[in-house]
Parts: sequence; structure tokens; C-alpha cells
Amino acid sequence: MNIEGVDKSKRQFLTSALTVVGAVGTGYIAVPFLAQMQPSTKAMAAGAPVTVDISKMEPGQLIRVAWRGKPVWLLNRTPEVLETLKTLDDQLRDPQSSESIQPVYTKNPTRALKPEIFVAVGLCTHLGCSPTFRPEIAPADLGPDWKGGFFCPCHGSWFDLAGRVFRGVPAPTNLEIPPYRYISETQIIIGEDTVETSV
Amino acid sequence: MKTNRWTDCGNWVLDRFPLTKFWNEHMAHYYAPKNFNFWYFFGSLALLVLVNQFVTGILLTMNYKPDAKLAFDSVEYIMREVHWGWLIRYMHSTGASAFFIVIYLHMFRGLLYGSFKQPRELIWIFGMLLFVALMAEAFMGYLLPWGQMSYWGAQVIISLFSAIPVVGEELSLWIRGDYVVSDATLNRFFAFHVIAVPLVLVLLVLLHIIALHEVGSNNPDGIDIKKHKDANGIPLDGIPFHPYYTVKDLVGFAVFMFFFAVVIFYMPELGGFFLEHANFIPADPLKTPEHIAPVWYFTPFYAILRAVPDKFAGVIAMGGSIVVLFLLPWLDRSEVRSIRYRGGIYKKALLLFVISFIGLGYLGTQPATPSATAVARVLTAIYFGFFLLMPIYTRWEKTKPVPDRLTEQPSLEDRIPDLVETFNEVTVKTEGKSGLFSRKLNYQGLSAVSIRFLKRIKGSLD
Repeated sequence: MNIEGVDKSKRQFLTSALTVVGAVGTGYIAVPFLAQMQPSTKAMAAGAPVTVDISKMEPGQLIRVAWRGKPVWLLNRTPEVLETLKTLDDQLRDPQSSESIQPVYTKNPTRALKPEIFVAVGLCTHLGCSPTFRPEIAPADLGPDWKGGFFCPCHGSWFDLAGRVFRGVPAPTNLEIPPYRYISETQIIIGEDTVETSV
Repeated sequence: MKTNRWTDCGNWVLDRFPLTKFWNEHMAHYYAPKNFNFWYFFGSLALLVLVNQFVTGILLTMNYKPDAKLAFDSVEYIMREVHWGWLIRYMHSTGASAFFIVIYLHMFRGLLYGSFKQPRELIWIFGMLLFVALMAEAFMGYLLPWGQMSYWGAQVIISLFSAIPVVGEELSLWIRGDYVVSDATLNRFFAFHVIAVPLVLVLLVLLHIIALHEVGSNNPDGIDIKKHKDANGIPLDGIPFHPYYTVKDLVGFAVFMFFFAVVIFYMPELGGFFLEHANFIPADPLKTPEHIAPVWYFTPFYAILRAVPDKFAGVIAMGGSIVVLFLLPWLDRSEVRSIRYRGGIYKKALLLFVISFIGLGYLGTQPATPSATAVARVLTAIYFGFFLLMPIYTRWEKTKPVPDRLTEQPSLEDRIPDLVETFNEVTVKTEGKSGLFSRKLNYQGLSAVSIRFLKRIKGSLD
């Protein structure tokens, strides 16, 4: 290569310009490549509301339904359970649910539209395992302080029967509550509500 | 003249392709230290397992279906109806665990003989990248059978990313391709497991070996053999890799394959360690198994995650436990490479580290009870202490003088008289019988021998 009498600044300019053009081109092609890994429109559209009949639920019974592929729990809470919930505030990380995800109309002490029926997404807010339902009081494996609740077998997080997380466990927030409403006394629709807002 | 035609053919290729050069550079004229011991089998064994995973993996894709509705059944189909399918599948699943056994021993060799130290930092970095890629490969492969453990393991690991502030939720959604682990996740994990990550692995293996052959292999004495060369520029303490170490490695291959075959044929699930029991139940998105744990090779890191009672800090600790390994070449300030000449403090620290790693590995397989968590916290502190305090304690350490040339270690044959003597000491002859079973244990001798053994271990720690 003959480098005598060469204007190096021109070469430098051309090299830089070409680099920039190449980088922009790479950036453009990266968008479709990366964006194709986003949930597809079909995945986004799936998520139709689910209607659940609660007329046959026994007191203390928990049923599981699938909504958007996630487990959703419906729990029929007895009056004793509702009494216990009031006594737990000082052991909880977020008793007022101010940092947790739920529709505004369930941001209350029982975290439900009607206190008897508790609805929640059954996935631990830590790393997404589905906690086990442990309604019994003081079982041998969970210790004498256990007042009934949900125990995550994966990393040992504890929730009370309103899905509120206890202190000193890995889960950061209370269990998520999906939007839902009563379409009649005995039927709940999950994934749909009248008010769009949630906190 | 038939032979001549073959030679001509060979020369025709050699004139056009640097095969001889390549062979000489990396095999016939690559001079490795002459004192490689047991610990030096695991590099070539890792390569053997990699080949095993490639061959069996390609065969498995011929019958496997990466579809949430079909995946579980297609694996069972391979196990029951494809000719020899069970063997190929077990070779692949056992190979995954064997890979980690071999790699952990290979990395431990690095810790023993300071193979990560200057000038081999880059070899260590490439090796660590290989380790991370291997973990990704194993994790994504474990989702494919679409069993309960596959499903919930993936759910937990992908959720780790959601702990990252601001972008976390979006990122985990992007990785899953759906709001939950689903068909989309399975399909992309298949693509990564079968194409993307294997390509990265091969590339990194090449980089690892090229970097190694540039600076030359370390050895159990941790001495630079290039300091003493003969008239032809060949290290006096070096021997050509081929045929000496190719033959040695073949012995390693044979012994390894013996154990590998025992596992494949007699205990392919290894009591739930290599293939977990819950994974023989199809994935159920509504129900987590009673007790979930990752496969054994992830449990040390998983135990660290669980030991921290905060979501984000837990993920940071888990990530940090791997990142800190990358920094090892710069954390170790000792002048000496090999443990043979290092001070007692490093030996003790390494012993504690091994205990903490194995302890965490055990705890990671167990349920998270409060007492187990407390122990895991102590072990996590030791794990990080080993690395983070290393710049301090390696500077204090009193090293022994390093010899100029490689040392001779007694061979197994040299040790036979000693072994016979020990055997005679721990046993006494009984009347009336002959042969090997004529001798009974002598408890006095046994205790004397074990006390001597323990004293020697204690002595070697100083």
C-alpha cells in the first residue's frame, strides 16, 4: 500500500462514517431479532376471564383454577380465620398491602371483596413457586407459631390466609390478587372487573 | 504403485492445508510438563463428555418434540419404543452430571496448583465462561423433558431475573416469551440448548485450548518449565503431548467410561440426584411439587440464594458466588502457585472452602428448615470469605522454597512396600485359614495407623 501523499484524515473520516452506518444497521436488525422473543400476540390475547362457581365451596375449602396459565386460588375463609387475620399485623412485612399488587377494591384488611372469599394468584412473589395450602394450626413441621396460611416449599416463604407475607422470609410482597368481580352471589369472574385501576 | 498414490494424495492435501503444522503445534511438538498427575485427567475427560453430549444429543433430537403437549410423551417414547432410546437418553442425562463432576474436579485442580495465576489468567476466564455457558446449557436442557421439576425449576430460575430493579419484570417476560413458563419457553429453550449454546461451548473450548497452548501448561509443582531448555529449545522437563499424554489420557478415558457405564446401566437416576423423581410426573402449572430442588450441580448456588432472606440480595449473592470465581487470578496475591509450596493458611482456607461448597451442595438438596438455613448462612459466609479475604491471607502466608526443576514424586509402584507394611500392621494372622481371608483386623494397629495418618494430614496443613 502506498501511503505517500495520502490524506489520512479523509481515510479516518470514511472509516468512522462506515462504522457508524454499520452500527446503525446492526441496531435496526437487532430490534426484530430481539423483539421476536417477546410474547406473541396470541400469547397476549390469551387471558380470557374465567368464571368460577363458588356455591358448592365448603367453609375452609380451597379451589384452584387456571387463569392466563397461572394458578388462581379461591379460599372460603371461616369466621375464626378472619379473627386470626386481625392479630397478625405486627408479624407481617406489608400488613396494609401498600407495596403489593392488587386491585384497589381489595386493598383492605382482608384483601378481598367479600371477607369470606379470598381470591389470589397462587404464585409466590419470591421466585414464582406455587405455595402449599397449610390451613392447620401449629403443625409439627412448621412450628407452634403457625396460625394457618400458605407455605412456599421452594424457599420457605410464609403467607397468612389473606396472602400477606411474614417478616424474615425471602418473598418481598404479599401474594398478587387478580382483578375479579361477583357476577352473582354464587359466581365470580376472574380477570375482569368494573374498575380498570389497580394499585 | 498403490502406496505412492496414497502418499501423493496426502501430499496434495498437505500442500494446501496446514494439517502438519496444526498437529505439531498442538500435539506432537507441544511440550507439557512431565509430572502431570491424577488431577490432569479431567480436562481431556471434559472433552470426552462434550463429544458424548453432542452425539447423544443429536440422536435425541431425532425423536424429541419441543412442544408442551408432546414433549413429556416424546421422552417416554424415546425411553420405551425407540430402539436403544433408553441408552441414548441415559447417556445424555448421565453425561450432564458427569460433565459437572469432571468440570468441578478440573476447577479444583486449578485451585490446588494455582493454574489460574499469572500468566494463565485468560485461560481461567475462558474456563469460567465455559462453566457459565455449561450451566445455561444444563439448565435449558433440564426443561425439555417437561416434567414437574423441569417446569418449576425453570419458573424459579427465570424469576431470578425479575429481581433486577426496573427492567427485571420485562426481562423475565422476554426470556419466557409468555406470562408463565409455557410452550413458547420450551420451544426457545430447545433452540438455545441444541444450537446456540453448543456453538458457544465449542468456540470457548477452542479459545481455552489456544490460550493454554500459547503460555503452556501448569503442573503440580507450579514451576515454569520453559526456564530450562536444551540446545534445541525444548524444555528439559517437558515431554511431547503426543504420544505421552494422549496415551495417559486414554487410560483416563477407560477408567472414566467404566464408572460412566456402571451409572448408566445400574443406577441411571442415581437415587434422584441425576434425574429427580418429581420429573417423572408431567409438568403441572397449577401445583408445585412438595419439595423442589435443582439438580445436584446447582445446589451449592441454590443454597446461597436461599440463605439470604431478601429477594434482590439473594439473587445478588447467588450471582456474586459465580462472579467472584472470575476474579480469582487477581484475588490471590501469593508468589507461589502450587499448594505443595504454599503456606498452611491457604491449605486451611481451601479445606474450609471445600467443606462449605460440599455442605452448601448438600443443604441445597434439603428442604429450607430454619436450622438448615442457619447453617447455610455460615457456609455462605465461609464461601465468600475464602475469596474476599484472599488478598489479605495470601499476602501473610509463609511459602516454602520452590525448587528450580520439577520434583519426582514416588510412583504407585514405589509405594507398594509401604502399603504391604501398613496392611500387615492393621491385620493379624488367624489360625486355620489361608489366603487373604486368613487375616483379621488388628484394632491396635488400625488405631496406630489412623493416628499417624491424621498427624500427617495435620502436618501437611502447616
